[in-house]
Amino acid sequence: MGILQIFVVLTILMLLVKPVGTYVYHVYSNEPNRTDRIFGWLERLIYLLIGLKNRAGMTWRRYALSFLLTNIVLVAIGYLLLRIQSALPMNPNGIGDMEETLSFNTIASFMTNTNLQHYSGETGLSYFAQMAVIMMMMFTSAATGFSVAIAFVRGLTSKGKTIGNFFEDFVKSHTRIFFPAAIVVTLLLVALQVPQTLDPTLTVTSLEGAAQRIAIGPVASLEAIKHLGTNGGGFFGANSAHPFENPNGLTNVIEILSMWVLPASLPYVYGRFAKNRKQGWVVFGAMLTLFLAFLTIAYTSELRGNPAINAMGIDASQGSMEGKEVRFGIAQSALFTTVTAAATTGTVNNMHDTLTPLGGLVPLAEMMLNVVFGGKGVGLVNMLMYAILGVFLCGLMVGRTPEFLGRKIEPKEMKLIAAAILMHPLIILAPTAIAFMTDLGKGAISNPGYHGITQVLYEYTSSAANNGSGFEGLADNTPFWNVTTGLVMLLGRYVSMIAMLAVAGSLVRKQWVPETIGTFRTDNKLFYAILIGTVLIIGALTFLPAIVLGPIAEHLTLG
Amino acid sequence: MNQTTEHPGPSAGSSAWIALRAGFVFIVLCGIAYPLLCTGLAQWFMPGQANGSLIRDASGQTVGSELIGQSFADPRYFQGRVSSIDYKAEASGSNNYGPSNPDLLKRTQDSIEAWKQANPGVPISELPIDLITNSGSGLDPHISPESAAVQVPRIARLTGIAEDDLRKLVDKHTEGRDLGLFGEPRVNVLKLNLDLKSLLTE
Repeated sequence: MGILQIFVVLTILMLLVKPVGTYVYHVYSNEPNRTDRIFGWLERLIYLLIGLKNRAGMTWRRYALSFLLTNIVLVAIGYLLLRIQSALPMNPNGIGDMEETLSFNTIASFMTNTNLQHYSGETGLSYFAQMAVIMMMMFTSAATGFSVAIAFVRGLTSKGKTIGNFFEDFVKSHTRIFFPAAIVVTLLLVALQVPQTLDPTLTVTSLEGAAQRIAIGPVASLEAIKHLGTNGGGFFGANSAHPFENPNGLTNVIEILSMWVLPASLPYVYGRFAKNRKQGWVVFGAMLTLFLAFLTIAYTSELRGNPAINAMGIDASQGSMEGKEVRFGIAQSALFTTVTAAATTGTVNNMHDTLTPLGGLVPLAEMMLNVVFGGKGVGLVNMLMYAILGVFLCGLMVGRTPEFLGRKIEPKEMKLIAAAILMHPLIILAPTAIAFMTDLGKGAISNPGYHGITQVLYEYTSSAANNGSGFEGLADNTPFWNVTTGLVMLLGRYVSMIAMLAVAGSLVRKQWVPETIGTFRTDNKLFYAILIGTVLIIGALTFLPAIVLGPIAEHLTLG
Repeated sequence: MNQTTEHPGPSAGSSAWIALRAGFVFIVLCGIAYPLLCTGLAQWFMPGQANGSLIRDASGQTVGSELIGQSFADPRYFQGRVSSIDYKAEASGSNNYGPSNPDLLKRTQDSIEAWKQANPGVPISELPIDLITNSGSGLDPHISPESAAVQVPRIARLTGIAEDDLRKLVDKHTEGRDLGLFGEPRVNVLKLNLDLKSLLTE
């Protein structure tokens, strides 16, 4: 039954990829289509309000500047709102202002689509902050990422000097994708018992006569965009393990599909832009292959359970239930974990710190590779980066100038791509090492032994991959952790985005090379294998030593 | 975007001005209009679900939410899962013990010992793992049907209610997978104990 329900969810996803991908393509292709009549009025109103008169294409520099400026404005306002939330309306539980380094971490976290949380929503945020800061950034960061990914694809697949208009992409991402989808998902979730209210924390008298206080709030509207935007920050501390965020198996499936379907359909969108759908399916196939391998490890490892507990003689046939919810069991928990790390959402419906060593290795490794579907746009961009690297390596082997989609790949592009690829391990491994050298870092570890190494490694990997899940035992709400992870999140997001826009800007100006019999094809099975190989070789070489010290050592010593 | 003609895009200065205005417009749209619209629709059409799925006892008193577990100290009631926060629902979460953490193994051993004391005659090989492990949220309202069944002998002994009647009660409160497919079969402990309470007071 466990495998069957996983299979059904995978099938639904596969069926959705093409229609959703087609829709997304039409949103950004900027050719007139039927949906203009439905959304056109709202877009014209927004263009008027923000003063966007000139919707001509932008060069990559102007595109990058526009998205950075928009993000900076949102960061500034968001930070201010967190610092003065106690003086603002809609704070029925009397929550105080957020401390400086925690506010910095929170804003960096939500603007970069990471949603690492060093606070607990129940006690750290007013309803107004949950709405005007958290939900707002869940929309805007997702729209930013999506727009940049589309601009990158345009650069790869079109000729000219420009890669689209950021503001137009940004507005359309909201009006045609995130607003309508979020409202539908919110209502579905409420129908399935997720609360949506502005009333303060409830107080009830329990069955045994004790007072029980129950935190509540506008949960469903946050939950919808949290998954659709691959954000992942929970309304409550326990995130989607909390029964109010995720009350049953059906809401769990809705949340999984919400975070998965847009990233999964992006390779198809790329194929449409490239006017060669096989290009898209090759990328999708590589992502799915890696995903299935990871899912298998997570599922079997959690089902086998923790040998130390199984040895105590109880009935452990359910699998490892520490940190998991009965309504989800192993199948829905393992699937959720594999999807949340793949889509870099970071929402959790079970506690990753409590996973078996190999089960916990799955989200860690997915975030280290950062190409298995990926968050709003980032996964596709990273995968295409690896694709260009793969073409380059093959070109070196046969002694030809590498070409990708009819464009020569030259030193300038390779330098940018190498910088972006090397940035990821650098901002994971360097701060991890620093944390182990200081008491400020080591003091946060809550689980002794090898598991403690994994806790620290996971925290920075999650920050760098803009995922946001955590091994939450780590006592990370200290200035040291708030500042270091905040910086890692910012570098992880913006360096690669700007580098990729620069690559797009360089490629879009190049002459197209006519395809000949000697052209190295990137839309066949051979390239699919090369792509997976490139990802695994680069990822394995970089991260293997760190993984051996953490989860592998724990697995081997667990008895 | 397939045009090759050179349009002068917006200048840097006008980009900054648009970015500033866009910041305010999207805070209002995403951060205020969207959640308030959702709250309005939810409260209008589905007030029961939107307000936390509260449940009342026979006398009409609100005793909790069917989604949020409660702590049951009285051994005559069915017990829920381990909760490091003791089902205090103003917060949520667990201790996050890693699988190799000695504290996890000690807590589990202690739970097994306590179980043996309270349930003599039931071998621990029948004790399901969900009953002695901490849920992720610390608020899990459910236990597995096996975890309810294994408590029946103890409750029958302490209350004098026939085991068969208790088993029927457990069956009545066993919920299947959603749509017969998703999630796991489960028993809502609070709802089960509400019915048990009315049997006890009869």
